[in-house]
Amino acid sequence: MTSLLATPFDASPLWLSLKVAAIATGIAWLLGVALGWVVARTRLPGRSLLEALCMLPLVLPPTVIGYGILLLAGRRSPLGGWLREHFDYSIVFSWHGAVVASAVVALPLVLKSASAAFAQVDRSLEAAARTLRQSGWSVFLRVTLPLAGPGILAGTLLAYARAMGEFGASLMVAGSIPGRTQTLSMAIYDSVQAGQDDVALLLVLITSTLSVGVLLLSNRLFGRGA
Amino acid sequence: MTPRRRFHRSLLRSLLGLSLSTASLVAATPAGAQTPATAAPVPATLTVSAAASLTNVLKDLGARYEAAHPGVKLQYNFAASGVLLQQISQGAPVDLFISADEETMARGIEQKLFDGASRRDIASNQVVLIVPAQGAVPLAGLNDLTGAAVKRIAIGKLATVPVGRYTKQSLDAAKLWAPLEPKFVYADSVRQVLDYVARGEVEAGFVYSTDAAVMADKVKVLQRVDGHAPVRYPAALVAEGRQKAAAGAFLAYLLTAPAQDALGKAGFGRP
Repeated sequence: MTSLLATPFDASPLWLSLKVAAIATGIAWLLGVALGWVVARTRLPGRSLLEALCMLPLVLPPTVIGYGILLLAGRRSPLGGWLREHFDYSIVFSWHGAVVASAVVALPLVLKSASAAFAQVDRSLEAAARTLRQSGWSVFLRVTLPLAGPGILAGTLLAYARAMGEFGASLMVAGSIPGRTQTLSMAIYDSVQAGQDDVALLLVLITSTLSVGVLLLSNRLFGRGA
Repeated sequence: MTPRRRFHRSLLRSLLGLSLSTASLVAATPAGAQTPATAAPVPATLTVSAAASLTNVLKDLGARYEAAHPGVKLQYNFAASGVLLQQISQGAPVDLFISADEETMARGIEQKLFDGASRRDIASNQVVLIVPAQGAVPLAGLNDLTGAAVKRIAIGKLATVPVGRYTKQSLDAAKLWAPLEPKFVYADSVRQVLDYVARGEVEAGFVYSTDAAVMADKVKVLQRVDGHAPVRYPAALVAEGRQKAAAGAFLAYLLTAPAQDALGKAGFGRP
């Protein structure tokens, strides 16, 4: 244990993981809540198909997601080429790429919990708010969202934990550049491959502790929400 | 009901026992009795862990070897030499190891993972600078890499990928390592560097000339890169390997004239 504490430790993968997961969860939250509402509350044609497509990252191998992002936003793709030509920008080999990959895998967790939470909200409370001359947007922000809140928050925490653990797709899109795109999971992969077991073990302990903390929090909220 | 179920269970058990004993009988039968006597005395399944740059040529040689030696099956595991060394040190069941550099082999011999006496160099190679065949930034050579048009350069991970270390030696000698370092994207193997360049995700990369030849339609060799230790491919038997004789026979085959010709055709140099 003392030798583990003495292990030279570069904290940059930790901060990068926290940052990438936080931004990715923010994006997944906005998209997930909006799509969850569409799925639970509207009769938009094709909404089941839309939901199924958004849920795909939950079951697809990360390699498929990584390759998909490269096909859509890589330098040779129309979108990637356009971004590169006009803004001299590319998500490939930048930590933004890891954010995109993590947001894609985190989205299903927010979407599912949001649509379930919206479906459970008592519609009569919304109707009551409307009789008090609240606009549709105001009803959503002041009544629906707070009532669905705990369920959505629990899903969001799960999404955060999932985004923290993202590896395969991020590795394919962002690479593992020390100090720039190397997240915790990639630092673990690199140190195991290089035979630096003490570094790997330390990083594993940090990741596990963080993830267990987030899951405990999420369970608490689920318990309260249900 | 119960007696019948008990009967079913005992039937199942005896069937299982029968199949197990048949399997062990088959395993005990000397397979040589079924195959005609050939140059390979021991029919065996060989696991060969080899440097990623050898992928195409070894698959080709393996197919020829299997055809000439019925009963011998070759299973390949291609990756960066450092990754393969790590797998073997963790107990991966491998018979023959072929590295893309002396350093990885020396580390393994030091750890007693390989049989040092069996070590033979099987080929040599050359590091080159490559750019995408289409839409490449116009570059004349190494020194142009510092220009603003070059955003990213792919190299092998220094800890595990030999070509990454050769690249560093050359760039250090040319005093280009420090200025170029912010542009580096580190790949898991030489073939990943090749892939990054072929897909145009990076402006340039460092691979072996033999890798560039594999994707001649997608990448262009800009120049040879010198100033590094000679690129040699040492092979050695794995100390814990179960198929020492067969592995030794295959290693000997790699040094024969036909095998060396095939390596030469793929662009590898003499050992």
